[in-house]
Amino acid sequence: MKAVAVLVGIALALALQTTVARFVVGGTTAVDLVLVAVVYVALTTGPVSGMLSGTAAGLIQDALSSGGVIGIGGLAKAIVGFLVGVIGQQFIVTAALPRLVMLVAATALHGAIFMGLYVALGLRTFPSPWQAMIGQELGNALVGMIAFAIIEATPGMIERRRAGRRAR
Amino acid sequence: MAVLDIRQRTGWLFFAVIVGHIILISAQVNTRRGVPMLEAIVFGGFAEVQRAATSVVTGVQDNWNNYFALQQIRHDNEQLTREVTEMRVALQQERALASQTRLLQQLLDLRTSLPLSTTAGNVTQSAVIGGGPSPAFRTITIDKGSHEGIRQDMAVIAPAGVVGRVIMPSARAAKVQLLIDSNAAAGAMVERTRAQGVAVGTGTDRLQMDYVPGSADVKAGDQVVTSGIDGIYPKGLVIGQIESVQGGTGDSRKIVIRPAVDFSSLEAVLVVLTPPSAVPPDTEVSRPGVPSGVQPTAEAPRTEPSTQPTPDAPAAPERDESGNVER
Repeated sequence: MKAVAVLVGIALALALQTTVARFVVGGTTAVDLVLVAVVYVALTTGPVSGMLSGTAAGLIQDALSSGGVIGIGGLAKAIVGFLVGVIGQQFIVTAALPRLVMLVAATALHGAIFMGLYVALGLRTFPSPWQAMIGQELGNALVGMIAFAIIEATPGMIERRRAGRRAR
Repeated sequence: MAVLDIRQRTGWLFFAVIVGHIILISAQVNTRRGVPMLEAIVFGGFAEVQRAATSVVTGVQDNWNNYFALQQIRHDNEQLTREVTEMRVALQQERALASQTRLLQQLLDLRTSLPLSTTAGNVTQSAVIGGGPSPAFRTITIDKGSHEGIRQDMAVIAPAGVVGRVIMPSARAAKVQLLIDSNAAAGAMVERTRAQGVAVGTGTDRLQMDYVPGSADVKAGDQVVTSGIDGIYPKGLVIGQIESVQGGTGDSRKIVIRPAVDFSSLEAVLVVLTPPSAVPPDTEVSRPGVPSGVQPTAEAPRTEPSTQPTPDAPAAPERDESGNVER
């Protein structure tokens, strides 16, 4: 059940990434919703799930991206998912600030691996990597905090609405 | 259950995922030389495996070839060693034969060049009866005797020069007194200046030249030859070379001659059957070791050995009944 939920969440994030995220900041992909989903899965389910979800999400993302190398995104997201899952098991990261830090750090690590591999292999160049990375960190942190809050508040809201209907 | 087991091995799973990604990436990325990275990595890794496998195989093969397969080699080695030993022996025999042939050739050359009748006295191991019985008497015994026409006082020569004279012939052997014997002497002259004297044995490996006129020009390095005045040795045979002239000038000079013949390694000699009196007076024997252009220019007087030396031609030393020198 959890695996299905993870897959559904990843699929939803990919769908939103390909349809909505590109309109968020001037047509650029400053927000990686798939990475946010992977971080959330890793924080809530652990390193293995985070790594597997990151692998799957990254590979799908790579496959859908034209001209890229399949595996680089998957590798970056697998490492991020694993490490976030490990940290999530070792520390309490349910509060807003730790999650914010975690999102920023995960985005930075993902960007470093992703862009670093492309540059190291001589496949692509990034004219202003630091600017792009900072923008993505901020975007992911903002979107992630909102998404996490929505996701965690959704069951309670549904339960309260059900209880209100029963009271009427 | 198996899935749970895998999930519990987080580290291995993470490692497998990372490796899988690296393989996937490598399959799509080319190296700078245009070769797919996966192929390059696989080839490089497999090359190391091949290298290791080859090292193992080569090591086993070397061990087999160098240790286990050496039984035949050992047999071959023994056979070859045996063959080498046999060939060395044969080589020694061939060398000895060649040496003997050279020596005989030299003797033959000397014999044909001499205007004298000679016979070869072979002083080989089988023919030599022995050397001198006492160190005080420097003699040898040759395997030719009176049956071959050898008589007393016949000159014995070698390719290098004068050896001595026959002092005691028997039927099949003869005793030869070497020129270095302390009782031996020969009429001699310095080839360069024709100064005459007597070469006298000292009992050592050196000769001494006595009765040389005090005004004669004699110096170290001069060649000394027989003068022929003693009635034994034909004229012109090499005696040796003056090694030193001691005592300044005059009659007190001591002239030391180094013999031309190595008396310690005599193997074959020639006995001069023709007495010097039968040789024409103007004839001087040609000899090995003397340049053809170096021939005497003046004829020394032919006299019988006498006890009275003359200024130009000293007399031969006086001899006793056995022919030894009286000094």
